[in-house]
Amino acid sequence: MGRRLGWTLAAAVPLAFLGVFFAWPVATLVARGFLDDGGLSWAGFEAVFAAPRTWRVIGTTLAQALAGTMASVAVGVPGAWLLYRTRFRGRWLVRALVTVPFVLPSVVVGVAFKSLVISTGPLGGLGLDGSFGLIVASLVFFNYAVVVRTVGALWAALDPRTAEAAATLGASPARVWWTVTLPALAPAIASAAALVFLFCASAYGVVMVLGGAGYGTIETEIWFLTSQLLDLRGAAALSIVQLVVVAACLIVSNHLQARQARAQKFATDAAHDAPWRWRRDWPTTLVTAAVVGGLLLFPIATLLERSLRTASGHGLDHYLALGSAGGGPLTVSVWQAAANSLRTATLATVLAVVLGLLVALVVSRRPRTPSGRRALGVLDAVFMLPLGVSAVTVGFGFLITLNRPPLDLRSSMILVPIAQAIVALPLVVRVLLPVLRAIDPRLREAAQVLGAGPWRVLASVDLALVSRGLGLATGFAFATSLGEFGATSFLARPDQPTLPVMVFRLIGRPGLESQGMAMAAAVVLALGCAVVMGIAETMRPKEATTW
Amino acid sequence: MSRTQLAGLAVTLAGALALVGCTSGGAAPQPSAAAPTTLTVVTHDSFNLDAALLKKFEESSGLKVTYVAPGDAGTLVNQLVLTKSSPLGDVAYGIDNTFAGRALSEDVTTAYASPALPTLDAAALKADDTSRLTPIDFGDTCVNADTRWFEAKGMAVPQTLDDLAKPEYKDLLVVPNPASSSPGMAFLAATVGAKGDPGYLDYWGALKANGVLVAKDWTEAYSVQFSGSAGKGPRPLVLSYSTSPAFEVVDGVAPTEGLLQTCFRQIEYAGVIAGAKNPEGAQKFIDFLLSPEVQANIPDEMYMYPAVRATELPEEWKKFAPLSDAPIEVPAATIAQNRDRWVRDWTDAVIG
Repeated sequence: MGRRLGWTLAAAVPLAFLGVFFAWPVATLVARGFLDDGGLSWAGFEAVFAAPRTWRVIGTTLAQALAGTMASVAVGVPGAWLLYRTRFRGRWLVRALVTVPFVLPSVVVGVAFKSLVISTGPLGGLGLDGSFGLIVASLVFFNYAVVVRTVGALWAALDPRTAEAAATLGASPARVWWTVTLPALAPAIASAAALVFLFCASAYGVVMVLGGAGYGTIETEIWFLTSQLLDLRGAAALSIVQLVVVAACLIVSNHLQARQARAQKFATDAAHDAPWRWRRDWPTTLVTAAVVGGLLLFPIATLLERSLRTASGHGLDHYLALGSAGGGPLTVSVWQAAANSLRTATLATVLAVVLGLLVALVVSRRPRTPSGRRALGVLDAVFMLPLGVSAVTVGFGFLITLNRPPLDLRSSMILVPIAQAIVALPLVVRVLLPVLRAIDPRLREAAQVLGAGPWRVLASVDLALVSRGLGLATGFAFATSLGEFGATSFLARPDQPTLPVMVFRLIGRPGLESQGMAMAAAVVLALGCAVVMGIAETMRPKEATTW
Repeated sequence: MSRTQLAGLAVTLAGALALVGCTSGGAAPQPSAAAPTTLTVVTHDSFNLDAALLKKFEESSGLKVTYVAPGDAGTLVNQLVLTKSSPLGDVAYGIDNTFAGRALSEDVTTAYASPALPTLDAAALKADDTSRLTPIDFGDTCVNADTRWFEAKGMAVPQTLDDLAKPEYKDLLVVPNPASSSPGMAFLAATVGAKGDPGYLDYWGALKANGVLVAKDWTEAYSVQFSGSAGKGPRPLVLSYSTSPAFEVVDGVAPTEGLLQTCFRQIEYAGVIAGAKNPEGAQKFIDFLLSPEVQANIPDEMYMYPAVRATELPEEWKKFAPLSDAPIEVPAATIAQNRDRWVRDWTDAVIG
């Protein structure tokens, strides 16, 4: 009885948080779109779906997300092998590096990619500017890490003896891959693909910059209808379409993750990575080198080059200018903004990790009844929803819900870490959940037999083991909060900007000085995220397979 | 700082739980007897003024000021409209004339004629006759040319909107998308003002045939595609501001210039928000924005011309950031009535 109450409470706290700071604002704003002079109206819906543009936008969104997902998987699986099944010097560095794009502000990535492909850029001859291929490339840039980490972590835990047995029985390497390895990896690949599809379908900034004016997606259309035309009906209708797409992704992803958790039980504890060998690893090495070098480092190098470009050649001028306030084009120095970022990210991380731990603990239970299992599945999916809902919708929702005492928080700085925590929460859950699911139930039973009460079992088994995943979860939450821009830009106060907000402001000003400082600040941000991820990487537990 | 934030968080969580617990929701706002000591300023995300000046205002007025910046000028106005029943703050700054009509027709601000603004300047920049919006600064959105590029090619720099559609200037112009960028919207308004409605669509047809590139926003147009700035892009003509050349000056020379016959005048207004908790403080803040110190600070920090025309301008502006003698003007009310239709029709005609 007391135990059930305890678990209900553990689920209620994060649910209340998500309810107040996500579901309520979003639902209220969407509901406004259906109210017409006090009555319910479907007119907005009809108008939106009668417009040919709407269908084109939905089509573009799905096509671009599908292509981005397929390309990410195609290059991510070889990367997973190289970074998780072979051992070489500096592997941790490459692993940290591939995560950096995930947290870079999209406006900066847009400028970097565009600079490469304009007719005077290094890749100008290829005619990529404004092409579908460029959008797909940028989606791979952002989501490569998702596939590499998800698939790689399962691969690392995969028992190699089955494949070895097949090889001994005379199967060719291709046949072993096709009949043994691929089926074993399939749940991880499919689960990563569902997540990447979700990210691609809701990609906003980078698609807007790179796609050119023709590539409207659902997300960019919601932004346009809400913040430019104040067409709440149209925005509400599209928000619902987006929710349907997101929910479908989550159901698929959830289903596959459950399969992955079962598959995992067959893995042994031993590490199976072998030293890197050219004869065996050259294909995966070449693919990965091409992706990391060409797709990840090339745009980052472009940023670096532009951050060093001065009126008279190259130099560190823009980095030195980052410290100036008043003298330069900004009233707050970039270092002060960085300090703001660190402060809000710390608070957001504490929130996300505490709430994420509660969610993971609840969702990792194994109820005996099917309805109980279904309830947990729904709970798990609910906490992923914020990843797929437009920041504009949440931001406008805040304004019309959190607007009277005791919750008039619209001008409160506290909303920034709260919004960032909501974005980071799903990632924290994804890191911690596999660790908890991998705990052998016999361990808990043994503790019970030895006379431990339920709380004691929780403390000495679950919490003791999950603490190994907390380092990685904290790192992810921190890096995500540091780089978060969409929700933050809605809430950040002009006198206390975060680093990504500062980059956005600087890049919106003319002149070499502002542009150079924007690039320099972006490089500082990327470096900070790489360091955080590098540290988190060293604290990775074996069980954290999803990320 | 972090301790107060944590305390705030605790209160927030307690409040959140209380709200979830009881369905009756929040209490009514409490009327306070004493004069308010806080002021909330709602502005756009380009808001930037010298920190020392802002501090001085807090000291002289005795008000604790909070700044909120939810997005660009459009987002700002739309948020004010959405939150009419429970205003976001006391004073709004940054409503431009392409959105002023919506702010006026939705009555989001109340009348206030600041004594700090000379009558002549007020008349020159007014949005309508009601003083619900007070002009604070203005600027010209014009096509900029990379003069060195044209010198190197031995070509004349184009001068007028019509020049831009001529075959010798094919594939040279980049403009930000009016649907997603406020300078882009200003240029669309300029073409409406110059070519009429629906004549502007024919003009855009000619521009499209002449290879105009539509970038997502000003940043992409100016810092990536334009040849005259840091990005060293391929196109020597870009829609930007008449003041942009002043920020490209190297060794006393500006390598770019604004085409002053292509300009749309953008005016930024402030207003006391209807239903403000501290309307007196809001009026004080508007007076402050029009004070000589702030007006002199506006060119450096906001890249706009001060509304009080007697204000001394920075030296480089006198040389490199001239205003247009004959800006193209469209009344705020006309823009308010037609803006959504223009953008949608423009999108259909130019983007497809």
